[in-house]
Amino acid sequence: MSKKCSRRNFIKKSIAGAVAAGLPLSAFKLLAPGEARAALKESNLRWAFLVDTRKCVGCGFCVKACKKENEVPYDVPVTRTWVERYVVTRDGRTHIDSPMGGRDGFTYKRIREEEIPDSEITKAFFVPKLCNQCQNPACVQVCPVGATYQTTDGVVLVDRTWCIGCGYCIMACPYGVRFFHPVHKVAEKCTFCYHRITKGLKTACVDACPFGARRIGNIKDENDPVTKTILTERVAVLKDEYGTKPHVFYLGLDERVR
Amino acid sequence: MKNHILRPLWVAILLVSAILIARGLYVPDDFGVNGRNFTYGFHRKGNIEDWKAFPVKYRGRDYCKECHEDNYSSVSDSAHAVIQCENCHGPALGHPDNPEALEIDRSRGLCLRCHADLPYPGSQRGDLPAINPDEHNPDTPCADCHNPHNPEQEG
Repeated sequence: MSKKCSRRNFIKKSIAGAVAAGLPLSAFKLLAPGEARAALKESNLRWAFLVDTRKCVGCGFCVKACKKENEVPYDVPVTRTWVERYVVTRDGRTHIDSPMGGRDGFTYKRIREEEIPDSEITKAFFVPKLCNQCQNPACVQVCPVGATYQTTDGVVLVDRTWCIGCGYCIMACPYGVRFFHPVHKVAEKCTFCYHRITKGLKTACVDACPFGARRIGNIKDENDPVTKTILTERVAVLKDEYGTKPHVFYLGLDERVR
Repeated sequence: MKNHILRPLWVAILLVSAILIARGLYVPDDFGVNGRNFTYGFHRKGNIEDWKAFPVKYRGRDYCKECHEDNYSSVSDSAHAVIQCENCHGPALGHPDNPEALEIDRSRGLCLRCHADLPYPGSQRGDLPAINPDEHNPDTPCADCHNPHNPEQEG
């Protein structure tokens, strides 16, 4: 080396190094194809769900329809969607149950072997749950093989041919919506009935609901009746503090619902 | 270079190339970053089409109407108009070819989904007409007295 390490040389090289390190990164950012595509043409559709807990009567037709539509074994206690019953009593306790995910509805007042007299109940309601199709899905982040992913219209799907069944996603989901499919032996989850919504149909659970407690729409279309409700009414999401940006919105959600 | 260095080097190079060739053969061409970014969009693109091709089983009441116009209209005029035919009659996929007849759920449990008495304040459930299943003719099928297509009328 002929040049010695003078101050001038050191500063020159530092600047050159910083520019060299910074330039290719920013150039790469501009060229990322997925981001460019998503931002340009496929951004006019983003599925979102609206649950009105005040309308739900706990009939469980949604759970039955979901299991049959999506070929989830009927008598195995796993389900893509379920209905929870919350009964709050005068002593401040909250009684929660969801027998078989509410598949056969709620036909008895008894909750977990406990008889609760009507006079003790201060409020009681049903809360349907399903995949929140998060904008930042934790389950997708943890997949080590790229078997689960988010489509450009916001639905999180599982590639059954690619899933290795490690179960990381089942652990990662804060909402507990994922489970192990007993037949396919891979991770399973609600797909918002992707095969139906992409054909212009509603999801099986939305169609099965007699009371309109479940609705699905495109949150990027301001004229969509579901989007209008989400924009104008007071809606809540589950576990907002996790930063997952869930896209299942609830009307009439109680603070006891987790 | 000395032999004892070269030989393990060749083994290492062979192993790495074998892994790379196996990977090239095994990983489908459409596997890569297809969505938003690497974190959320790293997958096999063809899987989206696989999911779209999943068979639709529930066809909706308009499909039933094509043949069962009489039942469709009687239900439509009743308090049960909000209930889809397939909620009780089962999904219509393949009907009427195979299966010819659908499996109808005539159990008391089906009616009790809505009509078992749960007078819950703050839920619409309390507003529905309801009975106590243990006291209201416990061993009789509901349809013996009530017409599910027109619940106001005694069947």
